[in-house]
Amino acid sequence: MPIKVTTETFKKDVLESEVPVIVDFWAQWCRPCLMLAPVLEEVEKDLAGKVIVAKVNVDEEGYLANQYRISSIPTVLLFENGQLKTQVIGLMRKEDLIKRLGL
Amino acid sequence: MYDAIVIGGGPAGTTAAIYLQRFKKSVLLIMKDAGALGKTKHIDNYYGFEETITGPELLKRGHAQARRLGVEIVNDEVLSIDNSPEYTVKTIKSEYKSKVVLLATGKSQATLKVKGFNDFIGKGISYCAICDGFIYRDKKIGLVGNKEFMLEELEILKNFSKDITIFTDGMDLEADVEEKVVREKILELKGENTVSKVVTKSDEYDIDVLFIAIGSPSASDFALRMGAFLDEKNNVIVDKLFMTNVPGLFAAGDTIGGLLQIVKATSDGAQATVSINRYIKNL
Ligand SMILES: Cc1cc2nc3c(=O)[nH]c(=O)nc-3n(C[C@H](O)[C@H](O)[C@H](O)COP(=O)(O)OP(=O)(O)OC[C@H]3O[C@@H](n4cnc5c(N)ncnc54)[C@H](O)[C@@H]3O)c2cc1C
Repeated sequence: MPIKVTTETFKKDVLESEVPVIVDFWAQWCRPCLMLAPVLEEVEKDLAGKVIVAKVNVDEEGYLANQYRISSIPTVLLFENGQLKTQVIGLMRKEDLIKRLGL
Repeated sequence: MYDAIVIGGGPAGTTAAIYLQRFKKSVLLIMKDAGALGKTKHIDNYYGFEETITGPELLKRGHAQARRLGVEIVNDEVLSIDNSPEYTVKTIKSEYKSKVVLLATGKSQATLKVKGFNDFIGKGISYCAICDGFIYRDKKIGLVGNKEFMLEELEILKNFSKDITIFTDGMDLEADVEEKVVREKILELKGENTVSKVVTKSDEYDIDVLFIAIGSPSASDFALRMGAFLDEKNNVIVDKLFMTNVPGLFAAGDTIGGLLQIVKATSDGAQATVSINRYIKNL
């Protein structure tokens, strides 16, 4: 199951994670975001152990959204060893997302 | 409440409406204009027409045939589609409800073609006010558009900011707005990491975000807002049964890509109805 991260837990859960983390910036009112949720759950299942999925609600975590210059949601960021590796914007199918993330 | 609403009266939508009618489903066909066929002078490759036929003539015959078989056709423009969970289709003049919707709106509209545009996609350019408006609360919002579709987006954006400028990009403004309107053609978009300036011939305008709602909404605009998958060319992605990943939302014809020809559009339209029929039965 994807974990919920906040400004307080971002460092520990994402930046200091041993495994790469896919961070999904989303909001409740955004339909494409809601449709991306099951896609991300499948990605996590397919790549179990290799990657974890974290979710940032931009409505509640304005600081993080700002920090990572989120200008359009859904935006998905991939972090590896505390570094931002890739950014993918918009809803897409699982295969396309995995490819675009370079996983 | 209709069983099905078909959006688009080209070969895909009209064929679908005819088939649905034959399946004894209540169907409403909504179309705003002649679509791609309106621009077609000679059709030489469509089955059964020994003499060449014009696009408008083929369209006229298709509609006459549909009406004869009992299809209800309205001339109107669809502005938005909601599914929660039954479908509500809002047009300029009215609102309709149905169990399923078939998108057959043809090829997606061209977007803004100016220098710098592609650099800022996802970096301050947005196609969806309801998705991204919130991020720009109290910021300087630019909105490109000229008709009711633009007004739809404007209504949403007004909830987030008072600083909104409409850019018609040289098109005629076919709507009343109280906001500041820039009518000149847009020449370029500028910015460091994200878009921050709209450049026209005689001026430059500071913005934090530019929303795009040019002309009328296409299938890709509806799909985006409903969370249906699109490919990189903005074609709506459907499965073998012509359904999108949104239950009850189907698509056919040029809007799903592939061979952009009448024969394929009519075939799509017919095939989609077989699965629509099955889908409605299982509801
Ligand atoms: C110049 C030209 C020449 C062509 N020549 C040929 C040819 O010789 N042979 C051939 O097979 N094909 C030809 N084509 C291609 C053919 O016209 C298309 O493949 C075909 O029309 C696609 O059908 P469609 O039903 O998917 O879309 P369209 O025919 O484009 O119909 C789209 C429908 O959706 C409606 N619509 C769109 N948005 C909305 C909205 N928001 N609300 C309500 N209604 C909406 C439009 O009004 C229209 O009724 C040609 C195309 C062009 C442009």
